[in-house]
Amino acid sequence: MATLQSKSPALFASRCLLVVAAGLLLAAAAHAQTKNSCLECHSILSDNLGVTEEKFSQDIHAQKGLTCASCHGGDANNDDPEIAMGKKAGFKGKISHPQIPQLCGSCHSDPDVMRKYNPGLRTDQLSQYHTSVHGKLLAKGDGKVAVCVDCHSVHDIRPPSDPRSTVNPVNVPATCSRCHSDADRMKEYKIPTNQFAEYKKSVHHEALTVRGDLSAPTCVTCHGNHGATPPGASSVAAVCSTCHVFQAQLFDASPHKAAFASAGLPGCVTCHSNHGIQHPSDALIGTDDKAVCGQCHTEGDPGFVAANSIRDHLAQLAAAIDSSDQILSQAERSGMEVSAARLDLVQARDTLTKARVTIHSANVARVQQDIQPGLASAAKNYEAGKDALKERNYRRFGLGLSLIAIGIVLTGLRMYLKQIESGQNSQAT
Amino acid sequence: MGLFRNLHDWLDERFGWNELLAPLRKKTVPVHRWSHWYFLGGITLFLFVIQVLTGILLLLYYRPGANEAFESVQHIMTQVQFGWLIRSIHSWSANLMVFTAFAHMFSVAFLKSYRKPRELTWLSGMILLFLVLGFGFSGYLLPWNTLAFFATKVGTEITGQVPIIGHPLMIFLRGGEEVTGATLTRFFGFHVAVLPGLATLLIGLHILLVQRFGISVPPKLEAEWLAKPAALREMKFFPNFALRELMAWYVALGVLGALAAIFPWDLGVKADPFVSAPAGIKPEWYFLFMFQTLKVIPSKVFFMDGEVLGVLAFGVAGAVWLMLPFIDSGRARRWVNSLAVVALAYIIGMTIYGHFAK
Repeated sequence: MATLQSKSPALFASRCLLVVAAGLLLAAAAHAQTKNSCLECHSILSDNLGVTEEKFSQDIHAQKGLTCASCHGGDANNDDPEIAMGKKAGFKGKISHPQIPQLCGSCHSDPDVMRKYNPGLRTDQLSQYHTSVHGKLLAKGDGKVAVCVDCHSVHDIRPPSDPRSTVNPVNVPATCSRCHSDADRMKEYKIPTNQFAEYKKSVHHEALTVRGDLSAPTCVTCHGNHGATPPGASSVAAVCSTCHVFQAQLFDASPHKAAFASAGLPGCVTCHSNHGIQHPSDALIGTDDKAVCGQCHTEGDPGFVAANSIRDHLAQLAAAIDSSDQILSQAERSGMEVSAARLDLVQARDTLTKARVTIHSANVARVQQDIQPGLASAAKNYEAGKDALKERNYRRFGLGLSLIAIGIVLTGLRMYLKQIESGQNSQAT
Repeated sequence: MGLFRNLHDWLDERFGWNELLAPLRKKTVPVHRWSHWYFLGGITLFLFVIQVLTGILLLLYYRPGANEAFESVQHIMTQVQFGWLIRSIHSWSANLMVFTAFAHMFSVAFLKSYRKPRELTWLSGMILLFLVLGFGFSGYLLPWNTLAFFATKVGTEITGQVPIIGHPLMIFLRGGEEVTGATLTRFFGFHVAVLPGLATLLIGLHILLVQRFGISVPPKLEAEWLAKPAALREMKFFPNFALRELMAWYVALGVLGALAAIFPWDLGVKADPFVSAPAGIKPEWYFLFMFQTLKVIPSKVFFMDGEVLGVLAFGVAGAVWLMLPFIDSGRARRWVNSLAVVALAYIIGMTIYGHFAK
């Protein structure tokens, strides 16, 4: 720099001016690009027409560089409302409710457009929507059914991975329930409105909200999202089997498959219910009040006998595991090292879990075959627990003997000391 | 008896046995209301011997190394004949030894047995106490279970807080930046080679000094006995005191056996360096007062980091305590007893607080 200054101060000054001018021009250009005259007015307008800059900045579309004009048309660069919202500028105004799917689809169904913004995103949402109950009703002219913005919200649309998004897995049930729990709204469709209340009591809701398992099923997992439709009786098992694969395979090979189909019963939900599905327990099988088998089977038929037999086998293994667990716990409380037996007992529990899956085959012999290794393992570990307690008693007996021996030595030493000291005292006197 | 007499004569002829034992025969132990505190040093020594013997037996089966240590201790506890007893006695004895060493130290402090000419006896005893704590810290990691792993992690982290030398010291102790199998092998080395060697030398020196200077009498009583020699009461070291000490050892053996049989030392769960530390993890009880102090100190005290300040404060307090025989003179004599009371109350109070704190 010193060299440059010394050569020509005037040239240096002119170059500096050029740099500053270029900077100002760039800043002006950048300002012109980010100008959004729509928000300047709409951010101060009331409810229906109001969209704050803060709200819109949260929207994934805004973050990707889209503006109000991308959906509503018009010229966001012009400060004159007449021109900015004029016909010449292609202003569309408020998009009517039935037109929304088509508008969103104009980009989201176009692979060329989506490739620029999110190449991984599917582009079949609109075609799926047309197959959904919502889409079909919309096509019939029902303007009250859900369209894109009813689920995804509007002007602050977030990606589903965002925990604040209305379509994040944790929020999906509440989003659907906004309409489906509204009795007035659902009246004309004649569908129940207790799904969300039931779902909140279900094991799936617990997995989603308590255990934080985002893969736990929500409304859209079973009903679909853009193609949302209630699963028919014949396809319920297919819906459940996407996660519960083994249960579904066993059910398909069981005599229940044909029997349910002929009775028009919808597979899994016949025994497990649907929205309010509870954690299954062994009480579900058998023929007593809480069991579900008794709904179809009556005393004396082979299914009735089989249900009771399966229930007995499961109860037998569960009781054997409990006994082993109790005796091992007792040994542990006594300080005995039984971790190997504890580990082995896990295998017995796994066997019980497997048998609980096998019951979907409705085959007593297969269930019996499954629980045998578990019973053997539980019996072995019960013996390990018994041995540990025997060892504990042996140790305590040994301790008792040792303490008696120590006591005898101490008494002997005390007597010996007394004898010595009385001798020393008599010598001293 | 003839055999013993012959052996005695044989030794005496060659080594002058009678001459060697003469000081022991002449040695006496003062008898007064605090005489029972004299047993604590001997009990600590007995527990050390138990540690050496059970430690050697454990060495027959223990394998140092992150992949083997836990399994080898599990094998000792479940498969080796009386392995459970040896390991439980080793662990209980370690804890009792720390307790009796502390009790011995405070009894010496309160009875002022560290006074001239016994300053070196105090110093050697204090270094022995630090070695005992070192035994506890290094031995705790050897089973390589979760509690031991994280306690070592926290303990070595605290060491790392010492200004200037802290970080290099932490790296030296850990054998790297983290607690790993390398830490385990070097802790094993400290525990079975370095510390026992140093401790044996110091115990020898400590006992030699005790023999050289005899057993101290509390100052007041010493003055009384000097003024009125007829009031002096003492017993022969051998056999009177030695037999009583032997009885105390038998009692300690009974207590150890009972603890080992009724409360066998827990093995825990194998350490997994990749899981997070269990909630509310705490060190062994004898480090709890320091740990709890560091926990309650605010993160910043004026311009200093709270933890660094705590570590420095313990360093200063330890140094002052170590120098007690040299401080206890002139005007300072008045507040030395108060200092000992405060130190004891602080250690007990913070240990109880640390035990119940979440």
